[in-house]
Amino acid sequence: MNIELLVTVIGAATPLLLAALGELVTEKSGVLNLGVEGMMIVGAITGFAVTLTSGSATLGIIAASASGVFMALVFGVLTLTLLANQVATGLALTIFGTGLSSLIGAGFVGMPVPRLPVLPVPGLSELPVLGPLLFRHNALVYLSLIATLAVSWFLWRSRAGMILRAVGENDTSAHSIGYHVIRVRYLAVMFGGAMAGLAGAFLSLAVTPMWVEGMTAGRGWIALAIVVFASWRPMRVLAGAYLFGGMSILQLHAQGAGGINIPSQVFTMLPYIATILVLTIISAGPWRGRLDSPACLGKPFRAAG
Amino acid sequence: MFSRRILLQAATLAAFAASPALAEDPFKIGFVYVGPVGDHGWTYQHDQGRLALEEHFGDKVETTYVENVSEGPDAERVIRQLASSGNDLIFTTSFGFMNATDKVARQFPQVKFEHATGYKQRDNVANYLTTTYQGRYISGFLAGKLSKSGKVGYIASFPIPEVVRDINAVQLGLQSVRDDAELVIIWVNSWYDPAKEGDAARVMINQGVDFIIQHTDSPAAMQVAEEKGIWAVGQASDMSRFGPDAHVTAVIDDWAPYYIKRTQEAMDGTWKPHDHWGGMQDGMLKLSPINEKVSADVAAEALGIASSIADDSFHPFTGPIANQAGEIVIPEGERMSHEQLAGMNWYVEGVKGELPQ
Repeated sequence: MNIELLVTVIGAATPLLLAALGELVTEKSGVLNLGVEGMMIVGAITGFAVTLTSGSATLGIIAASASGVFMALVFGVLTLTLLANQVATGLALTIFGTGLSSLIGAGFVGMPVPRLPVLPVPGLSELPVLGPLLFRHNALVYLSLIATLAVSWFLWRSRAGMILRAVGENDTSAHSIGYHVIRVRYLAVMFGGAMAGLAGAFLSLAVTPMWVEGMTAGRGWIALAIVVFASWRPMRVLAGAYLFGGMSILQLHAQGAGGINIPSQVFTMLPYIATILVLTIISAGPWRGRLDSPACLGKPFRAAG
Repeated sequence: MFSRRILLQAATLAAFAASPALAEDPFKIGFVYVGPVGDHGWTYQHDQGRLALEEHFGDKVETTYVENVSEGPDAERVIRQLASSGNDLIFTTSFGFMNATDKVARQFPQVKFEHATGYKQRDNVANYLTTTYQGRYISGFLAGKLSKSGKVGYIASFPIPEVVRDINAVQLGLQSVRDDAELVIIWVNSWYDPAKEGDAARVMINQGVDFIIQHTDSPAAMQVAEEKGIWAVGQASDMSRFGPDAHVTAVIDDWAPYYIKRTQEAMDGTWKPHDHWGGMQDGMLKLSPINEKVSADVAAEALGIASSIADDSFHPFTGPIANQAGEIVIPEGERMSHEQLAGMNWYVEGVKGELPQ
């Protein structure tokens, strides 16, 4: 197998993984934030602009996730405090983010920054095959993999994660036994924003180190699809992100290499078809209820009394 | 007495009403863009044309643009909006806006429309494009001279005549230098998806490509070429900032002269629908400076081809040209006709693979 090709797959999968993990936690708390694309693109321009002006990629990455949190807070105030419709607000957040990023980015078009440096893991990176595949990446790739494990542990092994899931499954009960539903949801939404911001920064600093408008090109929507595809499980999110990322690279490769005669458009729509299939199975099939769709997803919560 | 005063008053009123109207009623021009003006490629160049137009006419014109318009039902809505809000002339700048432009034009016969890269004409719809195949042929020539591996990559957007024509032009240019070269074509099904364009570049480099030509709008592929130390040709505008070493040249569209000319005609009332193919002959298509790392001989030869195209002593699509099956389509010495070029939906001999339909 061609190692460099697999490394390209990692580049395509990482932004999907980062954004989808954030959205997973958000949705597990019962909030549906469709504004991933918007938070991502704001993260992309913020990360780029701060890296370019400060000269520090670390600052850029921190600023990118902070800008994602800011966007998420806009969403939080509207939907959690003011009880606006989550679907409409999420869509509006994407439109707002696209416009805001163009506005901020107007002065940054056409400027290159150095690509995010690769941090080889000492010793391990010298291993044949495994070295270049797993241990010669930039910080955000490592972070995405660690975050997958961390989110998995958090949701199923920690007390705080249990509370978060309880809030997402039955907000009224969680509230009546004394948990702060709104506070938990705010934190989850902010985490989602931070991760989307990182995903954006990965695009503008690592994949194509430059700023061009609309550079996320729909990856936020694919991240949303992956959460559903993964039926709200972190490890399946990892698999989904690499499957979708891998598919997009593989189809490019197949075209160049020749031989496989499947229209390339088929691959372009595959993630969405897969997601629709999973959605259908969840809502109608015999597995209904055994998948982890949070029961309160998208429902506004107003504390009684 | 009485009637004279009224007459005078009426005349004053009329003068009062007419003169500011002349001064304050600018000629309104709308632009519909498929990408963002910050794409640093196709849409960027159109917007440069719009800015040149504003500079040329000053207060006499008022321009509006709508960017990021997707090629579908959205386009029709945007074009209709521009037409109904008083624009006198509307430029729609992507192939996929053709049917929408046609439909709205039928409903607004008093508004003039200009559609780039399409072929549907009406009393109030003109077509225009730049014959990018001229630049592609030279790109193919340069690829033939500069590629060591003999594998030349083409990042393609959609299988429409414009793209097919340009792929063929590259192949012809390539063949004019060497027979053993191979064109590796990857369709990304998008005009504008930087990460995907970059991935396509990585994948083809991985397959041995060392010279990339792109038919998509972002500089992502140029950036990858720079990193991997191979050559690439910029699309629509100069992309050398993204690959100072990789950037062989760029095939640049210059829409300004056309936009100025057509606006003037529309203002004068001499505007007529036509199908204008601008190119190197009228300055609408240019090559950006050829990289200093390219040997002087090769650069001079490339510029020589450009000037022979400009003075019409040479046409890239001159026979003999055969299709993939090896059947001669254009006999020796003949040039391909306008119609044949406009509707091109087949590969010339030497291009491998099937054309997606």
